[in-house]
Amino acid sequence: MRTLSYSRAISEGLVQAMQRDENIFVTGIAVDYPSGIFGSTVEPAEMFPSRVFDAPAMEDGLTGIAIGAAAVGKRPVIVHPRNDFMFQGFDQLINLAAKWSYMYGGQAGRVPIVVRAVIGRGWGQGATHSQSLQSVLAHFPGLIVAMPAMPADAKGLLLTALQQDSPVVLLEHRTLYGHEGEVPERPIPIPFGRAAVWREGSDLTIVATSLMVHEALAAAEELMRHGIDAEVVDPRTIRPLDEETILASIRKTGRLIVADTSWEFCGFASEVAALAVEKAFHALKAPVRRIALADCPAPVSQPLENAFYPKASTIAQAGLNLFGSNSTVGEIDHEDSFKGPY
Amino acid sequence: MTRVDDETLIRLYRTVLELRQAEITLAELYKEQMMRTPTHFGVGQEAVAAGVCVALQKSDLIYSHHRGHNHYLAKGGSLDGLVAELYGKETGCSRGRGGSVHLTDLSAGVVITTAILSQTIAVAAGTALAFKMDEDSRVVAVFFGDASLEEGGFYEAINYAAVKSLPVVFVCENNLYSTESPVGVRQAPGTSLCERVRSFKVEAHELDGNDVFAVHEAALAAAQRCRMGQGPVFLECMTYRWLEHVGPNYDHELGRAYRTREELESWQERCPVRRAGERLVKDGLAKPEELQLWLDEANAVIQSAVARAKDAPFPNPVDLFDYVY
Ligand SMILES: Cc1ncc(C[n+]2csc(CCOP(=O)(O)OP(=O)(O)O)c2C)c(N)n1
Repeated sequence: MRTLSYSRAISEGLVQAMQRDENIFVTGIAVDYPSGIFGSTVEPAEMFPSRVFDAPAMEDGLTGIAIGAAAVGKRPVIVHPRNDFMFQGFDQLINLAAKWSYMYGGQAGRVPIVVRAVIGRGWGQGATHSQSLQSVLAHFPGLIVAMPAMPADAKGLLLTALQQDSPVVLLEHRTLYGHEGEVPERPIPIPFGRAAVWREGSDLTIVATSLMVHEALAAAEELMRHGIDAEVVDPRTIRPLDEETILASIRKTGRLIVADTSWEFCGFASEVAALAVEKAFHALKAPVRRIALADCPAPVSQPLENAFYPKASTIAQAGLNLFGSNSTVGEIDHEDSFKGPY
Repeated sequence: MTRVDDETLIRLYRTVLELRQAEITLAELYKEQMMRTPTHFGVGQEAVAAGVCVALQKSDLIYSHHRGHNHYLAKGGSLDGLVAELYGKETGCSRGRGGSVHLTDLSAGVVITTAILSQTIAVAAGTALAFKMDEDSRVVAVFFGDASLEEGGFYEAINYAAVKSLPVVFVCENNLYSTESPVGVRQAPGTSLCERVRSFKVEAHELDGNDVFAVHEAALAAAQRCRMGQGPVFLECMTYRWLEHVGPNYDHELGRAYRTREELESWQERCPVRRAGERLVKDGLAKPEELQLWLDEANAVIQSAVARAKDAPFPNPVDLFDYVY
């Protein structure tokens, strides 16, 4: 199979979906610029100029507009260059879109909008520009929340989103756009609620989301050097959550670390920890560990940033601790390749 | 209208000059990749910040948005605090936690600058509400770009300020672009922002935002009107940002096509610093040698702030949780 970057995979998925469904359109700040959302909308904009168009800075109104278009049969994709801007559209997204079907007893149709939003980290993105909203969003019944970590998932989950009859939020990590991986050429949707097991192992389960999947894979390699065989499970969608795969892994290994891109308090890591103790309590041989952001807003200053974001070494160290090992992890964290001005 | 005295005219010139030297110096240094914070430089837009802030009292307050360095400095915000903040140092105005878009200097009346469009507009109206409730004669100015008039929050705030007759000067820096989107994507042909605002019964003026003296006079009148309890004023200052939206480069150097080099050069012809300097010389308020002297002084001040910021310590990671609340 050929390899594609995460960004190209999204682009290919969009183009293929737009070819099949003329109701799909893409809008949001900057979607039709030459830089096209890290390249992910460049080709769609070239191929479907009337269906990929820029929008003013109006996240609240634009979300309502997308809902209204969807109510009469369109499939709008709204893109937020940073997920932080979504907050302004939360009333429309959460109070209306997520509840639309239910509130009207299924009698008012469906509003299948897709919201793509970018998560940030690094290079002093700071308190507003480095947040990761999956827990907030997934809290609400009616919203699907997906977090692709691999190029193939970025394409496959997008394709599924574009066939859904309910609102979907896709959270894409800006650090991953250049990440390469095998991607099927054909438009093969990846079903929601089906986790991927990226690495099989027998001693420890690491459930990880988005960028943390890559950190977890690096951590698992390091742990192997210390004789610990970790399994890495990527839920891919936060809601619906593939409880079965996660529980089966915990029952096999008896140990669980959850590594997420957001905070632990009321967060996704806590959700998975709760799942483990409710449904796999007797399989657990050690306390569950949550690896999440330090419990403060994102700082800008580099030494603080280093302390703020968990990395592969953070996960690996936690893994060693779970086994009561005194060894220390090697130099496994990759250089922050992020460059300014962004 | 109050006549602006010679001393103030000179101060206005020196302020635009200081803002310019600070921003071009910082933009150049930004290329070293040691300031790790996304930075929106205000080169070309100095006259708005200087004209408005010099019209305010020290005790008046300002708010600003992502492109806030000029406003912060013009109001008297600490230069050391800004530069150190960009370098992520403990001596930064936000202790290295905030970065370029989160500035504060309460001692100078700079409450905050923020990253989310239109966020501080209602906040400024709230501060003005408090002043009004306390019969405090202070005035609030809030700076934002033309894109903030696309956000619903702007209209809620301006309506409220009008209803309550709040002492707030809304300062829109209309530089014609929102990141790379030209005004044509975002407004119907023939739109006048002032006209929109007037429909809320708010006094509105369109100004040459590259003429520091014109901005200053309008801001003085606006502040006076606010202090007399006559309600908010909206100033639309037409101007142009020289550098890319975020970062230290010129768009044409990077081959970006959304605006032409010719367009940039036509605005550079209207450079607010040069124009103000020429006027001082023409009116006999300064000699060319004095302009040069002030330039050298401005450079020396920024250079030493940079040296101090580079030498300053980073925050200690054990203090990561300080200031959460
Ligand atoms: C709510 C929100 N949406 C989008 C953005 C991204 N954004 C940052 S600056 C900017 C353009 C702002 O343009 P303008 O108000 O004209 O100010 P300028 O940058 O031109 O000074 C945009 C869209 C944001 N910061 N906040």
